[in-house]
Amino acid sequence: MTRPDVIQVDAVSKKFTVHKDKSLKERIVNSGRSRKFKEEYWALRDVAFAVEAGESIGLAGANGSGKSTLLKVIGGILTPDAGEVRIRGRIAALLELGAGFHPDLTGRENIVLNASILGLSDDEIAQRMDSIIEFSGISDFIDTQVKFYSSGMYVRLAFAVAIHSDPDILLVDEVLAVGDEPFQRKCMEKIREFQAEGRSIILVSHSAEQIIDVCDRAIVLDHGRIIAMGDARDAMSRLHQSYEKQILQDVSDANDRGVDTAKERLCTIKDVAVTEGLIEQRDGLKVHISGDTIKVGIDVAVSAPLADYGIVLDIDTLKDLPVFGMSSQRLQLKLPEIRESGRITVALPELRLGEGDYAFNVAVVNSAGIEMDRRRHTALITVRSDGMTTGYVKAFPEVSVGPIPQ
Amino acid sequence: MTDLGEQRPVNAAAQRRFAALENTRMRVVAPDLGFFSGARSSLGDIWAHRSLCWLLAKRELKARYKDSVLGYVWTLIRPLINLLIYYFAIGQILGAARAIDNFAVYVFAGLTAWNLFSLIITSSTGSIVGNSGIVKKVYLPREIFPLASAIASFIDFLSQLAILVIGTAFIVGAFDLPSFVLYWPLSLMVIIVWGVGLGLFLAAANVYLRDIQYLVEVGMMIGFWLTPSVYSFQMVVGSAPAWLTDLYLMNPLTLAVMGFQKSFWAPGSDPVVWPGHMLTRLGIMFLIGLILVFVAQRYFARMQRNFAQEL
Repeated sequence: MTRPDVIQVDAVSKKFTVHKDKSLKERIVNSGRSRKFKEEYWALRDVAFAVEAGESIGLAGANGSGKSTLLKVIGGILTPDAGEVRIRGRIAALLELGAGFHPDLTGRENIVLNASILGLSDDEIAQRMDSIIEFSGISDFIDTQVKFYSSGMYVRLAFAVAIHSDPDILLVDEVLAVGDEPFQRKCMEKIREFQAEGRSIILVSHSAEQIIDVCDRAIVLDHGRIIAMGDARDAMSRLHQSYEKQILQDVSDANDRGVDTAKERLCTIKDVAVTEGLIEQRDGLKVHISGDTIKVGIDVAVSAPLADYGIVLDIDTLKDLPVFGMSSQRLQLKLPEIRESGRITVALPELRLGEGDYAFNVAVVNSAGIEMDRRRHTALITVRSDGMTTGYVKAFPEVSVGPIPQ
Repeated sequence: MTDLGEQRPVNAAAQRRFAALENTRMRVVAPDLGFFSGARSSLGDIWAHRSLCWLLAKRELKARYKDSVLGYVWTLIRPLINLLIYYFAIGQILGAARAIDNFAVYVFAGLTAWNLFSLIITSSTGSIVGNSGIVKKVYLPREIFPLASAIASFIDFLSQLAILVIGTAFIVGAFDLPSFVLYWPLSLMVIIVWGVGLGLFLAAANVYLRDIQYLVEVGMMIGFWLTPSVYSFQMVVGSAPAWLTDLYLMNPLTLAVMGFQKSFWAPGSDPVVWPGHMLTRLGIMFLIGLILVFVAQRYFARMQRNFAQEL
């Protein structure tokens, strides 16, 4: 079945100019050397892609990578300096909190205003008013001025209005994280309903899990350029690889700065790396296949010979949910003495993690169990398997049907 | 574009949506910058949002007097106090009233006209910055913000107008219908087109240079004394050289204020000096104002491309 494109982004570039002088006096004073007080940079550079009707796309990237700018360009809020965005159908944007709510007006008055901003006619607003109020779940406060609302109530109202505007394209910019859990669930249900109804959703999020959960495809931006585009899961892995590089860079920078303090330490973790159990894919992405043995090498340096110590290793999801943990002391292992430096290798045979991204936390502890040095969120891995099951644990279920045993 | 592999399962509503979308033309998400084609599409866009424009105007009025006990009455108190000050300070103490019959009506006619213009300009200048919350988050033809301010100003003006009409009826007693029909609509149109045109221009410029709103305040203070609201045209003719008088008459607001005075105010027995060809002058000013609105809108369309990032 062919589906029409609803969004075509055609070689879009957007330049931002940062003026450092805003007042007339400063402009006149600085007019001769105005270039010094202007900074230009490309927030978007040659970005091109298309979105089909009914397709959901995730936009990801580090802070300042241009994803929100891209969303604003698609929404027509910013005009590109080069290239063109073409859309079809009705578009609704949920950008930040309470787009265009007026604090002095009541919730009900703001619904009317906001719905009108999103392009609903007066009749349509009157028709949907009750449904909007019901969805927002704040009917007790609907005739209160919105300046007395909490941020959660703001989002509830904004989301309720946006989804009732019958959009063909819904742009969502990290607003869903604000509501409480029941409301978030309600929003996710509504988003799924939207997807089933063939509406397109563009979601900006920092949560890889949310993007994989909601979107068919994902686009990863870095400094205004697309660095990865494709299946949501692949794109998110690419994002994490770039994050990993960044984290390693930060860590080594921090280590460089912290040379003096490190000297005073008895034991310093120099490096943590997966030494075995990664397979390089065609696209250069290194993944761990669930069920393979994984080995983690921890390089340590000591200022004096270290005898009575232990090693602690945890595996967390990227949301800091502990999946696995081990300690050599609990295992009652006696580790050999380290002089100057050495590599501690932890092997985890036939590790059956579910698909997703994980990080290792590593600590070297003394005999009393007190940490001498530790590394958090190091050596990120992407786990792949057959894609037949979900969750953090990989298993190969067998299902059979028979009579109930008497 | 990209191979999806599997497509998300969708229901019948989705099939209908796809079919409907298939028949919709792709549109470019950016205002057309062509000189004439752009103006036409902008106008259509604004017209499509007219009910929102009205809502915004209502919101502006509501928010302006929200939480105040007297509310809308304040729109009347300010000009009435102004009237009293001018009437006593300039009319009675400085003696301008001796040269002008029915001085109160004369002043109030001029004040009403000037206030409309001044309110349109000051409120639309700040309108984009004031609505930055919406401008930064939703695409709309942004012209509707200064337009909504102009509409709100016009509604404020209507109550003053009502007082002016009632006052005229009581004090003057007679109502000169022919000159009212001739001068009032044209003067009003001159004020509106110049107000909206300058307002659009200033609203856009104010986003980039916030000093504009303070300059406008100062400009309005000076502008008030450049119109014959509290003195008569006769005094100008009597004290200024001819070329200065001609220049004075180039001011569209001078003409509009005098148009209001001609419509409402009835001089007593003394003959009054009016500039010649007032109707023609007003007509020309109206046409220039229309061109100004057009040019200002084009300027606005160009400047609004970067509103969201400048705010």
